[in-house]
Amino acid sequence: MRLIKLAFVRLGVLPFLLLIAVVIFALLSDNFLTGRNLLNVVRQSTYLTLVAIGQMFALLTGGFDLSVGTILAITSVVGATAMATAFVAMPDSIPFVILIGILAGLCAGTLIGVINGIGVAVFNVSPFMMSLGMASVGFGVALYMTGGIPVYGMPIEFGDIFGFGSIYGVPTPVAVTLVVIVIMFFVVNWTRLGRYFYAVGGNLKAARLSGINTKLTLFLAYVFCGLMASVAGILLTARLDTGEANIGATMPLESIAACVIAGVSLRGGIGRFENVVLGALFIGLVQNGMNLARIESYLQIVVIGLLLILAVVADQFRLKVIASMQDY
Amino acid sequence: MELRAICKQFSGTLVLDSVDFSLKPGEVHVLFGENGSGKTTLISIVAGAYRPDGGSFLFRNEPVEIFSVNHARALGISTVFQEFSLVPQLSIEENLFLGAEETFGGILKKSVIRKRAQEVLERLGFSLNPSQQVAFLSRAEQQMVEIAKAFRADLSVLILDEPTASLTDQETEQLFTLIEQVKAQGVGIIYITHRMSEIQRIGDRITVLRDGHKITTVDADVSEEDLVQLMTGRVFDQIFPDIAFQPANRMLEVRDLKTADNTVRGVSINVANGEVVGLAGLIGSGKSDVARACFGCSPISDGSIYFNGELTNGLSPRKMLERGFFYMPSDRRDEGLVMMRSARESMALAALNTPEFSRGVFLRRQEEIQRLRYIAERLNLQPANIERVVEHFSGGNQQKILIGKSLTRKVKLFVFDEPTVGVDVATRIAIYQFIGHLCEDGAAVLLISSDLPEILHLTNRVYVLCRGVLTAELQSDNINQENVLRHCFEREAA
Repeated sequence: MRLIKLAFVRLGVLPFLLLIAVVIFALLSDNFLTGRNLLNVVRQSTYLTLVAIGQMFALLTGGFDLSVGTILAITSVVGATAMATAFVAMPDSIPFVILIGILAGLCAGTLIGVINGIGVAVFNVSPFMMSLGMASVGFGVALYMTGGIPVYGMPIEFGDIFGFGSIYGVPTPVAVTLVVIVIMFFVVNWTRLGRYFYAVGGNLKAARLSGINTKLTLFLAYVFCGLMASVAGILLTARLDTGEANIGATMPLESIAACVIAGVSLRGGIGRFENVVLGALFIGLVQNGMNLARIESYLQIVVIGLLLILAVVADQFRLKVIASMQDY
Repeated sequence: MELRAICKQFSGTLVLDSVDFSLKPGEVHVLFGENGSGKTTLISIVAGAYRPDGGSFLFRNEPVEIFSVNHARALGISTVFQEFSLVPQLSIEENLFLGAEETFGGILKKSVIRKRAQEVLERLGFSLNPSQQVAFLSRAEQQMVEIAKAFRADLSVLILDEPTASLTDQETEQLFTLIEQVKAQGVGIIYITHRMSEIQRIGDRITVLRDGHKITTVDADVSEEDLVQLMTGRVFDQIFPDIAFQPANRMLEVRDLKTADNTVRGVSINVANGEVVGLAGLIGSGKSDVARACFGCSPISDGSIYFNGELTNGLSPRKMLERGFFYMPSDRRDEGLVMMRSARESMALAALNTPEFSRGVFLRRQEEIQRLRYIAERLNLQPANIERVVEHFSGGNQQKILIGKSLTRKVKLFVFDEPTVGVDVATRIAIYQFIGHLCEDGAAVLLISSDLPEILHLTNRVYVLCRGVLTAELQSDNINQENVLRHCFEREAA
């Protein structure tokens, strides 16, 4: 019992939720605990994992980013359009065409992060308004560019490699996400910048008096968030084989939910990187499990919302337990 | 109204110890004492914000128990705190009757409210338009609204907590005229102030508090010197270390400093290696603002700052830290520590860009842990667990963590802003010894403090500030209570 309590305090509620979810879905469906299905969960979760990592940076600094869905959309539309156009111009140099498309997409998505960052850090716009405004701007631009019609005409190789391909048996999206996870793990835990994100979110004034460039730190949080979301946008475009303005609509809620379930504080300064990855996986797992158990998709939305609230309640309880433990 | 043997504890410490206090109708009774002597706690009990742990409360010769601020209001006891309780977005009349609105079946009777607001303002002789928004009023006018709020019902006791702190001389005059009027109506007034001239001007009786004890109650014709003696006067010899001062070359030289927000108006000071220089003054005297301006965290409008022989006007805190200037803020929660992170992260924060803590962009976490274990040991952090979240440490240990920040990098000038606010005696002694060692090791120390004994016993030179102006520089032999205090208080034409 003491061990469970200690684990709860140390790791938070997430490992317990994961365990409960696995047990329940394993009982509900025989297919759930198969290697193939679990790989499926991981592959489906990669997009959310990337966005949640980005969202974590915004949350750590005490803000959040509601424009992540739009970033996915704009990345997809701009990337696909650039790639299709380049493909028409130079049908022979496919690797170069793909590279142009990816770069164009990443630049467009990250640009939204840059604008968010400038608004929040330089002009002191509240992150809520800034990212909500940019969500509208970005979505509008994406719709305007495409007229609401999906963008076709990308080389087949793009989808074959980045959507359905695999490297040494690992699906490409998963491999890309793994590389990002490793890099970001180091950024968060082993670089000054990572520490500064926590400090700026934890106490902005103390950070400033400690000689930290707080504006730059805030700015970079939103740039990182934009970059992460646009990587997800590229991978999702490859999977769909079209550039779409309508992808990513659920991303703001789901990415914040993944972070909060993982114990990231909405007031900033608190949150572990590893847990955020687990949090995104957990949401993917629950969605997959509910699909297998044939729970109606409308009801699934209800469950996700309830889980989010449950996680926050459990976290409050955890803080109480910590306060009662003298030596922790 | 009378209080008998009032006691109040906060988390184990006795803040008020058997304090008696009485107030007659139509008198101004001044509460006088240093910061932390229990004045605010006492009036909070009278106002119903706190419940006393012991003692009895007599109101019109009958024992009463006050449950809440509203209950006190109903009895006719109203308080005007230093911090205004006005909603800036609402109009004067809406503020006056906030929480006591006249309604008819849940609908506001706006015309009645307007009429009554006008009545109250007229009775007090305030020329204010009740429909004006509070945000557009001056500090003095807001104070009038706050006082008018106290008068919306029948009033018998009015408590004023440093009402003139933010008023101009002319506005203060207006306030005094008002107090005379109110006195004439038979209202008893409890008045808290730090200003000698005001005591003699409007006070009838004075009660002096020190460390939660009532020292005495005297009539207001007592001399300034006697009052100061009553207010302080403790023996602190065993608490303060003897420091061997060896002033060498000047580390910091400030000439004619003026800050952009006018809190400092033409101050010149200097601090040398091997000495502890005190910066004394009341709250609002601008003593912290001098150091903050030098550190680059608040803008200056005029003057020059030389640090280690180099002109450093307008450099950021980061650049000042790199040059060896360390400023420790007075409010550890607000500006000093990252409360929800570990002690280690809070302490290392200011030094992460030094080669000792990072190589390129990467952190050297092993070295960081070793270094901070050593610092925690040196400061005797309790419990000695540097991974513990700052919030879970006691106040004294949080202060040690804050001080630990200064040990993470090479510092030539330490500026401590109120280093012992809200810490227990044991930590206090440890901090004083720490400051002594720093000085004897050849560092320059600037000690900013509202705690007078601290200034008297730790420094070899003291600058005294009053309302943003330097009023005295005292050398070793001349540093005593009377000298420092005399220059702290403003001598208006009393």
